[in-house]
Amino acid sequence: MSETLTPDVGAPDAPDTSDLDTATRLALYEQVVRIRRFEERAYRLFMEGLVKGTSHLSLGMEAIASGVATAMNSDDYTFCTYRGHAHTLSRGASMDAVMAELLGRATGVCGGKGGSMHLTDVEHGVMGSYAIIGAHLPIANGAAWSSLVRGTDQVTACFFGDGTTNIGAFHEALNFAAIWKLPIVFFCENNLYMEYTAIKDVTAVPRPAADRASAYGLEPITVDGNDPEAVHLVARDAFARARAGEGPSLVEALTYRHGGHSRADPGKYRPDEEVAEWMTRDPYVTYRERLLELGVDEQELDDIVERADAAVDAATESAKAAPLPELRAAYTDVWADGGNAWRN
Amino acid sequence: MAELITYRDAVARGLAQEMRRDPMVHLIGEDIAAAGGVFKATPGLLDEFGPDRVRDTPISEEAILGAAMGAAMTGMRPVAEIMFSDFLATCWDIVAVEIAKTRYMTNGQFTLPLVIRTANGAGLRFGAQHSQAVENWAMMIPGLKVVAPSNPHDVIGLLAAAIRDPDPVLFFEQKSLYPTKGEVADGEIVEKLGEAKIVRKGSDITIVALASMVRKALDAAELLAEDGIDAEVIDLRSLVPLDTRTILESVGRTTRLVTVEENPRLCGWGAEIVSIVAEEGFWRLDAPLTRITTPHIPLPSADLLEDELLPSVDRIHDTVRKVML
Repeated sequence: MSETLTPDVGAPDAPDTSDLDTATRLALYEQVVRIRRFEERAYRLFMEGLVKGTSHLSLGMEAIASGVATAMNSDDYTFCTYRGHAHTLSRGASMDAVMAELLGRATGVCGGKGGSMHLTDVEHGVMGSYAIIGAHLPIANGAAWSSLVRGTDQVTACFFGDGTTNIGAFHEALNFAAIWKLPIVFFCENNLYMEYTAIKDVTAVPRPAADRASAYGLEPITVDGNDPEAVHLVARDAFARARAGEGPSLVEALTYRHGGHSRADPGKYRPDEEVAEWMTRDPYVTYRERLLELGVDEQELDDIVERADAAVDAATESAKAAPLPELRAAYTDVWADGGNAWRN
Repeated sequence: MAELITYRDAVARGLAQEMRRDPMVHLIGEDIAAAGGVFKATPGLLDEFGPDRVRDTPISEEAILGAAMGAAMTGMRPVAEIMFSDFLATCWDIVAVEIAKTRYMTNGQFTLPLVIRTANGAGLRFGAQHSQAVENWAMMIPGLKVVAPSNPHDVIGLLAAAIRDPDPVLFFEQKSLYPTKGEVADGEIVEKLGEAKIVRKGSDITIVALASMVRKALDAAELLAEDGIDAEVIDLRSLVPLDTRTILESVGRTTRLVTVEENPRLCGWGAEIVSIVAEEGFWRLDAPLTRITTPHIPLPSADLLEDELLPSVDRIHDTVRKVML
């Protein structure tokens, strides 16, 4: 994509995606669709009061999680934020178990003890959704370090928002990853707003992640975060460098969230024309159009949507029917022995 | 055979003992490798285990403890050093909000076998920002184990237990104790977490102390003996798990309790122990449960002023005499 995304940010790097095979493209589309349809349903269930607490949706940002996950091996690690439904589902976590977690059910990925902000599925490499800004960047480094020590080929993907680039842990983690040459890729999802405030109003440089890369000896990498193929290729290359022992990468993916920061936020602080402009870049729509232009059979795309809807329906029904946690679950797993005893 | 070694040498010996046993034990921290630690508690380890297992880090406490946590989540047994326990405040999110809660909130998907070693407490005239006794900060967070040895044998044995433990342990080394010596047996030493030790048997009053306060309590007990008061002294050794059985059993016999804490007054660990004894041992008591703490004041630097605020042998002696009246 050559056009400017915003006057402040400038055009991202645009990898040549023309050689991508159709299977990868369909996998990317399926990811985008599954995440979109799931989150639309999750939002509805929140509004119906079936999901308690808060939620942070990735509506409009699905291309990033999709592009990255499709470039990963099944034993690689993902660390994401409280806005982590997309990143969790994209790694292959059970949609039923994720939905059940949102509904606080015993069958949820965390048995109802984590909730929307803490989705975790170790079996699928989802090493946690972290709800304190910046905290998981240093933790993700630890997993990447461990891969080196254990001599595995695993890489770690660490996702975070633009607001994270202004907290100390970001800078500590980037420097640490660089000096230890860790096999990790940091993905900054720059959706232009930290929570309610525009990132450009509170940041000394226009590109909050890429403009900091040089401070850690890293290349400034930007990508159109609404283009699943571009994200996929940038991620694939970054992971290849990590596996080759070339150390970390910092990728800034430019995107936009369709809604507010969280369930409580209608996002009214954003100019109407800005929202309208970005809605024309909605990956859910634009990627389908691109695939059709490339000659992909429309029926195949319809089938993907249909399968996703069926999966979302099934997840909803199974979550609603799932048992609530037993009260004793509140007392378990403080310690590795499964209990909570602090005295004899 | 046994030999007399310092508390600081015991740290290195305990770490080496565990590193020889388990290749997944790795050390990280500021100045711990080539320099052997600012308190010289880790000398020789770089030479024996090499730079991959004994690694210097930048001054980035969140990065250090984050790395330890992520490594522990994925199969390693890291031991991270935070140079002064005061610096835990710079990475408290990782300690209290990430490490302590991750197992619980993921429904047990992760186990976090990691140790955070840190130099705690006063006595070196470092002033208010490098002298705090903060073991009570850690004690109040569910999900953290908290250990504080008072002598070289326990440094080795409790460090070994902490490293082998499957849960995160904060290991508070009392920095004024580093040069102190104690007898240590040859061979492997492993203690159990959560076992207090009666270090002086007595029948009139129980004094519960931790780390540097144990020696002071023992010295006070000698003075009390001259007054005809037979004090029992318990070295708590571990705040979490807490050996309430030993405390309640002792107070049940002596009918009186004094706790000696280095931390400032409010919400110190002694308050928890006093509360437990009040609830569960009340009918055995013959005197008010009494706490000796540093006053609720930051610590000054000048030796005269620092000593004024820290619990002293004389203060323990005087307080116990009043409790016995």
